[in-house]
Formats: sequence, structure tokens, C-alpha cells
Amino acid sequence: MRLQAPARTVTFTFDGRKLQGVPGEPVAAALLANEIKLVARSFKYHRPRGIMSAGSEEQNALVTVGRGVQTEPNVRATTLEVSEGLEVFSQNAWPSLRHDAMAINDLAAPFLAAGFYYKTFMWPRSFWEKLYEPVIRRAAGLGALSGAANEDPYEKAFAFCDVLVIGAGPAGLMAALTAARAGADVILADEDTAMGGRLLREKEEIDGKPAIEWVKATLDVLAALDNVRLMSRTSVTGAYDQGTYGAFETVAGAPAPGKPLNCFWRIATKHGILCAGALERPIAFPNNDRPGVMMAGAVRSYVNRWGVAPGKAVTVFGNNDDAHRTARDLRAAGIKIAALIDSRDDAEVDGDFPIYTGARVIQTKGRHGLRSITMSHNGDTREIPTDCLAMSGGWNPTVHLTCHMNGRPTWREEIASFVPTPDSVPGMITAGACNGRFSTADCLAEGAAVAADIARGLGLKPKVTIPAADDAAYAVTPLWAVQGKGRMWIDFQNDVHVKDIKLAAQENFRSVEHMKRYTTQGMAPDQGKSSNVVALAVLADATGRGIPETGTTTFRPPYVPVPIAAMGAGSQGKGFAPERFTTSHQATIARDAPMIEAGLWYRPSYFPQAGETHWQQSCNREVGYVRSAVGVCDVSTLGKIDIQGPDAAALLDFVYTNMFSTLKIGRVRYGLMLREDGHVLDDGTTARLAKDHFVMTTTTAAAGLVMRHLEFVLQALRPDLNAKVISVTEQWAQFAVAGLKARDLLNTVLDQPLDDDSWPFMACGDVGVAGASGRLFRISFSGEHAYEVAVPARYGESLFRMLTAQAEVMGGGPYGMEALNVLRIEKGFITHAEIHGRTTAFDIGMGRMISAKKDCIGKSAAARPGMVGDERQQLVGLKSKGADHVLSAGAHLFETSAAATRVNSKGYTTSVCYSPTLDTHLALGFLENGRARHGEVIKLRDHLRDITQEVEVCDPVFFDPDGGRARG
Amino acid sequence: MRITCPNCGERDRREFYYQGDALAVSRPAPDAGPEAWDDYLHNRDNPAGDTRDLWFHEAGCGAWLVVERNTVTHAIHKVTLAEKVKR
Amino acid sequence: MVKLIALTPGKGLLPISEGGVAVTEMVLDRLVSVAPFAGKQKATSEALKAQCGGGLPAVNRRRGAVTWFGHGIWMVAGDAALDGLAAVTDQSDAWAVVSISGAGVEDVLARLVPVDLRLPVFKTNHVAKTMLGHMSVTITRTGPTEFEIMAMRSMATTMIHELQVAMRGVASRA
Repeated sequence: MRLQAPARTVTFTFDGRKLQGVPGEPVAAALLANEIKLVARSFKYHRPRGIMSAGSEEQNALVTVGRGVQTEPNVRATTLEVSEGLEVFSQNAWPSLRHDAMAINDLAAPFLAAGFYYKTFMWPRSFWEKLYEPVIRRAAGLGALSGAANEDPYEKAFAFCDVLVIGAGPAGLMAALTAARAGADVILADEDTAMGGRLLREKEEIDGKPAIEWVKATLDVLAALDNVRLMSRTSVTGAYDQGTYGAFETVAGAPAPGKPLNCFWRIATKHGILCAGALERPIAFPNNDRPGVMMAGAVRSYVNRWGVAPGKAVTVFGNNDDAHRTARDLRAAGIKIAALIDSRDDAEVDGDFPIYTGARVIQTKGRHGLRSITMSHNGDTREIPTDCLAMSGGWNPTVHLTCHMNGRPTWREEIASFVPTPDSVPGMITAGACNGRFSTADCLAEGAAVAADIARGLGLKPKVTIPAADDAAYAVTPLWAVQGKGRMWIDFQNDVHVKDIKLAAQENFRSVEHMKRYTTQGMAPDQGKSSNVVALAVLADATGRGIPETGTTTFRPPYVPVPIAAMGAGSQGKGFAPERFTTSHQATIARDAPMIEAGLWYRPSYFPQAGETHWQQSCNREVGYVRSAVGVCDVSTLGKIDIQGPDAAALLDFVYTNMFSTLKIGRVRYGLMLREDGHVLDDGTTARLAKDHFVMTTTTAAAGLVMRHLEFVLQALRPDLNAKVISVTEQWAQFAVAGLKARDLLNTVLDQPLDDDSWPFMACGDVGVAGASGRLFRISFSGEHAYEVAVPARYGESLFRMLTAQAEVMGGGPYGMEALNVLRIEKGFITHAEIHGRTTAFDIGMGRMISAKKDCIGKSAAARPGMVGDERQQLVGLKSKGADHVLSAGAHLFETSAAATRVNSKGYTTSVCYSPTLDTHLALGFLENGRARHGEVIKLRDHLRDITQEVEVCDPVFFDPDGGRARG
Repeated sequence: MRITCPNCGERDRREFYYQGDALAVSRPAPDAGPEAWDDYLHNRDNPAGDTRDLWFHEAGCGAWLVVERNTVTHAIHKVTLAEKVKR
Repeated sequence: MVKLIALTPGKGLLPISEGGVAVTEMVLDRLVSVAPFAGKQKATSEALKAQCGGGLPAVNRRRGAVTWFGHGIWMVAGDAALDGLAAVTDQSDAWAVVSISGAGVEDVLARLVPVDLRLPVFKTNHVAKTMLGHMSVTITRTGPTEFEIMAMRSMATTMIHELQVAMRGVASRA
């Protein structure tokens, strides 16, 4: 019921029913205004539930918003803003909220106590996955996702400040104002749609005027300051190392194309001031979960802030003075107070409504909405008709963030609550209600004081003026659970009641962490914000310990639920990882080449031609280009590192196993690089351009790794070496030109034609390429007469187009990764399939490349026992019995007579291909003592693909073993 | 987590690559023997307390750093350029 | 005689603009990196001063044509002859360089860059070696509402895509 007619309303729906709401108010307020009490079914027992709170701590009123892909489940109706056309659905009920078939669970409640699942659904084991779990999941649970990929934009962002103030109630506003006026760089974050915290819902005065006016004036001052950033709708969700905080912002306003739903902030600050306020806790009494039973502060909030009366005849039940405010404020708003019930004998109350002290609520009635309560008073019981019960078990300071770095809160007896332990989070200080200071005057003063201290620490000169405000004392006498008949709910969201906790204690789950896991108390999306202290008080009582000895469970981030989509924001679709494109990318996709990922790079698999229906056909053709005419391949993705300096050669000698100081200028040498543990790190060629100038190539896969390794050697291991390493991978577009006609092809683009004398095998140098300054390397990864020609990247696409067009004239053309792989396997050239991190130089047959004349990385370890020897699996070639006998990579190798079991494995395959050159299938692999076994026949077995073949062990160089083609 | 790079100032952890114990800068002599090499390559303490690690400011200035920090409190005591540490 | 055609990294991708923030390609014809050899930093700086009017700026700074580019390395927009003093490496084609400008530019970059780039902290000619999304970049403030960003040439498409998504997000809140 609304207390006044609103100026403007919009239409939204709840379970398809059209309702009027005020834009910006919480859906919970609008539902109450429309006198809808039943809004949800509980998690386990499907009990009818209503709205309980007026904030992010809501336990009952979880709803689903939107439809289809945009479905968002488990949204709290208390924080969801009403907007035109908003579609809200109840959840966890079937066929309808009012007639929920699964409410049968509630009748079976005696069997469904804590631990029921653990005890019942144990045998047979096979039933768990197929039967028990699916059935239980359907019966118990909250909202469901659509199952479809969500394309909504999510955002993340970074922010920085001197002072992050968390919470914009009286303490937070005062802290922000004090720090900001002193000149500090301030962020004020608050989870509500408007700033002001508790002051938005209280009838209080500050400096003789309504508190709300002070809030407005303060916000105006803050908004006008350049050094302040106001972030409303932003929950600070976690406190992390070195002053980093996570914060979850719901983006305001209606959805629009490209507009993110929310933004996950990483805020780095020098100082944090936690002013998170306090949360009211429930009292456990029989059937305290009926729709219409609410928190007293929330009832006041709906009346004072939103102008909505949650009931027509409201009963207030509390154990503290703050509960009296609810009765007074409601009465002032003209709402009937059926009774004010204070559990304390000595409570001092006055008011023109029935007041009972030393009394208890012991029962409630009303299936879909509260109709009456039963009170016990002075030994009598009396039923009081009422449609809303406002309960207050006292207030818990919101200590959560202070516990995120392993801090534990401290029990304070006089307020019967935990308060933050100082310095629990380095750089964060607490003020106001979250620090156990409940009066407005105390909050304002403490907020100002802590901010002034921080400002002084920053070298600023704060001025502190504290406005006059209410400083009423807060008095509470603990009342956790009322004795009575029936279930008394503690954790409403996870359906845990007093008996469950007593049962946990009885079954010896006495530690609070064990109780939590046994009962699931505190494990729902609200993480026990409202229920934890009551639960552990009941546990303390059941185990005969005090509350401080019982302790709390661990509060972990996030403080409020954060969608995974928000944390992964920016990583959807194309944002997942950068895409690296070569300069020939456009020309390559224009030829319909399917692209494969090589690290972040995109490279062509093959270049299909008309009439080809299978990649193998294209691949065979492209291998043929290189073996019989000429092929062109973009090899720009290989790492290229410029190495200069007086000690450049010494650096290379140290990082490569073989000598580079002896390399002649204008020549290229193959080099092998080890890790310090003696295993192969990478391989590649390095060219000497001048005495103190080399250019190294790495494999595509290890380019970043090698760069990091070289920097490590220069900075951490050998700062004595005077050399510089600079990546030039991006500077040069580089193309392999391979085949009998390679030189002819190059001569169509080179400014000076090549001849064999000046460019022998492994020569390198500067060349003019169609008017540009390029580099030429006579190296071969195919075993053919081949070159790699490099030009500045701006010319890459142009050169690729020229080379491929000319190659086609010569009976060749571009080739992709499939053909490149076949060509190198035919020649036994290794890639990271072979140097996969567990192979040594010895294993790949390059043991003699470790120079005896010098030290190098990995040399000592490579000589250790076990790193060389017959027992090691050594690189071999494996030939199948013919074109019909397909081999597979990852298969294991066995003696022909042995069973193909793990213990009999003698090795494995790493690379396979069909060789059109040799018309058979080839493999590279590792075989125990393999080099001594050339010519023998062994068995290849792939259990995954169900392939068994006999293969002949041979030298890994299948084709042109003396290398005449590359040199010729 | 934020690390103060001696070049760039305080930066988010995401810019850094973690390597491991900083004893990796103290490479044994080639002939130090298998035990010294085994220790250097494989044997690491796992203290609850102060550690010295190598980090690489890979997505920043490219400096290798020795970071002294505490694995219990997460406090970072000192960050030094690897090229300047005594070995 | 055939002639190669030069293409810029941002060809066909730029300019773009959203909500008052614009990204345009900056074409720098000649870029060389300068990494002074041990003990030669001062001499390098003096030689550079004679050649291009300014020596090596401090870390995290740009001065004239010279930009700090990382640990022990600077980038010169132009040429440098520093034989025996420093490793000079041609980087003219290695970088995709864009200018991003407009009133909301700091908000856009705050979506992508984990460094405080606000004007009071990060002034004109301040340089940050950092990340933009998942990419390593060099960011220089070139004016009150303008930055220059250098990313690897091969990642130009991704950089521009990331900037565009962030620009749309910021523009949608206005």
C-alpha cells in the first residue's frame, strides 16, 4: 500500500501480471505497494517466502529477470530497480508460485534435516550421478540460466585514488567530505542507487534540519570537487593485497546497444575507509519465515524512504532500542501498530500503541502471508492479528571486508556483536556502524576523525567540522532463539533452522566451519550475511561454549554475488586473446585459406584450389610445388631477435650449445638452445650481419619464451656481458621461397640477381627487393634449395602478392602449414612436437652440438647421469608399410610380440604425415635406444584412435639424406 | 597484488611474469659438481614467511626483478633490479 | 622494374570515433630503438642531443623525438647514428601507432589499461609501458585529452577492436 500517490509510475510485470511501480524504486517496494507478499519459494522446503530486507543482504526475495539469452537468475528484488517493461519472474516454484508441487518437501521436513543427503543417497554409487543428483538438483535450487551464450556487453575498469571510502552513510559521507576538502583524491563507493545510507530511511535531524537535506548538501559539495569521484550502485566486493579492491557496479539506466550491464572495477588506493554500516539480524522463533515477517529496519525503510506500507497492522518484535524506532516512525506515518513486543524486561518504551516488555513471539499463522502471531507474555499466550511482523535481533557491524585477508573479528559483549579487529587489512581503517558505533553523531565524528588522520598522513591539512546529530544510545540484550514448537529459521536462504545446528553439534560437527558445511548455513548466495551470528550463537549454546570461543566462519570475497561474466568482462569473443595477423593475412584469406592458430598468430593451413575436396589434396599439391618447382610461405611468425654489442658473440656462445663466435660475417648457423636443466629449450638459425651484430630466429611457439630467457641471462645471470637484445619480429615480413626454381623466382623481385657464388648455402646479407631494403638468408626448412627473404613489414603484403603470382607462373604457388609440416618431417627437422620440454640434445641426436670448448646454459645438467644413454628414448624415423597404412601422433611403440600395455611402451610418436614424395606415411618419434635399432620392425598402437601398424625404424631424415638438394 | 617496479612505479600484478626463487641468479660454476647443480636446479624451500623471488616485468619495461615479500602477510618489503643484486 | 607498395598497420581499420572520442592512425616514417651499451648512456645522450636536439629522457618520459621505451632502451622518431655507443635497431615497421583523443579519453583507457592515466598524475610527455587489454603497449600522453598508443603491428586489429568496445561502453553511459 502506498502512503501517497506517486507522481509518475511505469508498468512492469511479475510472473506475467502487470503492475505499477515508481521508476527507480526497488522491485520489492513496488511488490509491497501492490500488496504482493508471496514472492518466492525457499531453497529446500519450497516454503512460501516474502520480502525480508531492504538491501543487498536479502535472503528470500530472489527473482529472475528477463527472458531467453538475457535471463538473469537470483537477482535480489530489494536492489533491482523498477523500469518500464521490466519482466520479473519468481523462481524455484512449479507450476506456480502459489501452488508449488515441490512444497511436498515441507511435509517431508522431518526426514530432510541437515545431513539427510549425505546419509541417504550413498548407495549404490552408480545412482548418484544418474539418479540422485539430477532429482535433488531439480527439487532444491534457485533460479536457472538459459543455457545459451550471452552476448550482452560486460565491462571492467581500473580506478586509482588516495582514499577509497566504502559506504556513503553518515560515516562515509563525513569521511569523504573531510578527505576531499583537504585535497585528497577520493572515491566514494556505495552499493545503493542513492548515497546517504541509513540517513535515507531515518527520520532524523542533522544540524537542526532533516538528515536528508544534509545528505543532499554534502553530496552537492562532493560532486563539485574535481578530486572526488562518486560511484553509486557500486558494491565494493573484496579487499586484496597492496590496497587493491574489487567493486561491482550496476550500470544505471535503460539498456542500449553497446552499453554494458555492469562494470567490475579494480580500484587501487593508498587508503581504504570502510564505512559499510551494519546489518540487522533476525530472531529465531517458530515459523518466523512467513511472508510478512520482515526486518524492523527494512519495514521502516519502505515506509520512510519509499512511501510504502508493508502492512496495515504491523507488530514490532525486538530485543533492542532501535526496534522502537520502527514502531514510532510507522505510527507517525499513520500505520496501525498492532503491538510492540520487546523481549527485555527492563526495556523503556512509550507510545500510543500496545506495548509488551519481557515478551516473546512464539508462533505465527498464515500460509501465503502472515495473519497473526502468538505472543507469550507473563506466562500467558495471546494471539494478535497482524499482517506484518517487524523483527530485530540487533545489529551486526558489516565487518566482511576486514576479514578478506585472513583477519578475524573481535566479539564486543556490550553490543552483542563482532567488530573489526584493527589492521586486519593493511591500509584499511573502519568507521561508523561497521565499527560498532551506532549513533549518527558517533558515525559523523568517527568518519571525520579517521579521514583527517589519513589526510594528515598524506601531507594535507584537513579541517574538521562535525555537524550536530542524534546520539541516542543503542541498548541490546541478546535474544537468539525463542523456545517454542516448530521450526525456527536462521538461514532463510539455505533453509537452515535451529534444530539443524543443534543436530550438527550433537553429531560432533562442533567447529563452526564443520557446522557450516554440515548444515549449509551461510553457503547460499547471501553467504550468511544475516544468519551467521545467530547460527554461531545457537552453536555456542548447543556446545556449551561462549560466542568468542566458537568464532566465526571465514568471510571471503565477494561481498555480494558477482556474475562470472562481470569478472571475465572484456574476454568475450574477440576479447579472449589478441589476434596476431601477418602482413599476408588479407591476401591469404582472399585465397580462401583456412587459418589455424599458432599461439596468437593466425597462419594458413593450406590454399585450396577449385576441384579439391579434401585438405590432403591441397597439401600434396603444395608439397609438390616445393619438391618440383617453387613454393612461397609466410614465415614472419618466427621470432626474430636483434643482438648487438661487444659481447654479442659471447652471449650467443653462452645461450647456444654450439659456437657462434666463430661464425663468419654474412653467414648463418643452426643453433640449439638448452634450458639450464639440460633439456632443449628451442632451436633456430642465427645470422651474423656484422662483427657485433647478429639476428637470431626462434620458433614461433617459443619467441616470447626465448626473449624472456635472453633478458634473464643478460640481466640476472650475466650482467657482465655487454650486449643488447631487441625483438624485431614485427619489423620484418619474411617469406620462405623454396624449391628448384627458388632462385629464379627471387630474381623476379630482387634489384640485383642472385648467383650461386655470392649466395651459397647458409649465406646471408642485405638485398634490394623491388626498391625496398631487405635481407636474404639462404636457409632451408624443406630440404630444398631455399631462401628466406625479409622486407620491412609495410611491404609484406605487396611482396607476398608478387612472389605468389610469380610462383604460379613457374608452376608453383603459396603453401601452408600442412605442407610445411610434411616437408620438414620428410627431412627429419624437429619442431616443438619433438622438443616438447622433456627431450635432451642427446635424445634428438644433437649431443655432439654441445661444444666441449666453452660453458653454456644447460651444459652441466646435460652431462648428468640419466640425461644420456641407451636407456633413453631417442629420436627415430618410422615408416609405415605403405600409403594405406595410416600412422598417428601420440601413439605408443611396442615390440611386435608385446602386449600394447603401458608397462611395455618403448616410446611414442610425435609427428606424422603422409609423404606424397615417398608415397607412404611417415612418423617422427622417440624409441628406447632407437638409434641402434634402424631397420627393425616394431608395433605402433594408438588406443584412442584404435590404430595398430607395423612400422620400420629408420633415420629421421627420410628424404635426401646427404642434403645435396639444399646445397645445390 | 601490486609490485613497485624500480623503473615504472607501482603496477598491477598482471603485468608481471613470476619465475621462482631468486637463488636462480647464483649459477654454480660449471664444475661445481652434481650436488651443487641439483640444489641450484631443483631444490627449493617453501617458507611460510619471507621469500626472495624473481619476477619479470614482461608487460611493462622488461626488467627482471628480485622481489622480497612475505607469503603469510603478503607484504612486499623490497624490489630490486636483478642486474643490481649481489650474487 | 617492379616496386613494392607500402601499407600502414591501420590500413582499412582507422579512423574510428564513438561519443566524442576518436582514434586515428599516426604514420611515423622512421623509428629506431636505441639501447646504450654498458657505460655509454651519457655519451649516447650527448650524441643524440647533437643529432636530434634532445638527449635521452628520464624513465617514463618523452622528450622531443625521443621516448623512453623500457629497461635500458629508448625509441627515436627519426634516425640515429650511434656507432659503438648503443644498439640502434630499425623499428620503423614494427609498431601500430594510434592517436586517441577526446573529452572521455581517460575513461576509455581506464577500461583497458591498469595504470592511472589521469592528467594530474600522468602529464603530457609521460610514458607508460603497460597493457591494453591483453596486449603490451606503450602509452604516451600527447595533450590534455590526447594519447599516443603503440602496439605490435600484428595486433593492430585487436587493439582497434578493444578501443572501439571501450569507447562504445563509455559513450553509452553519457
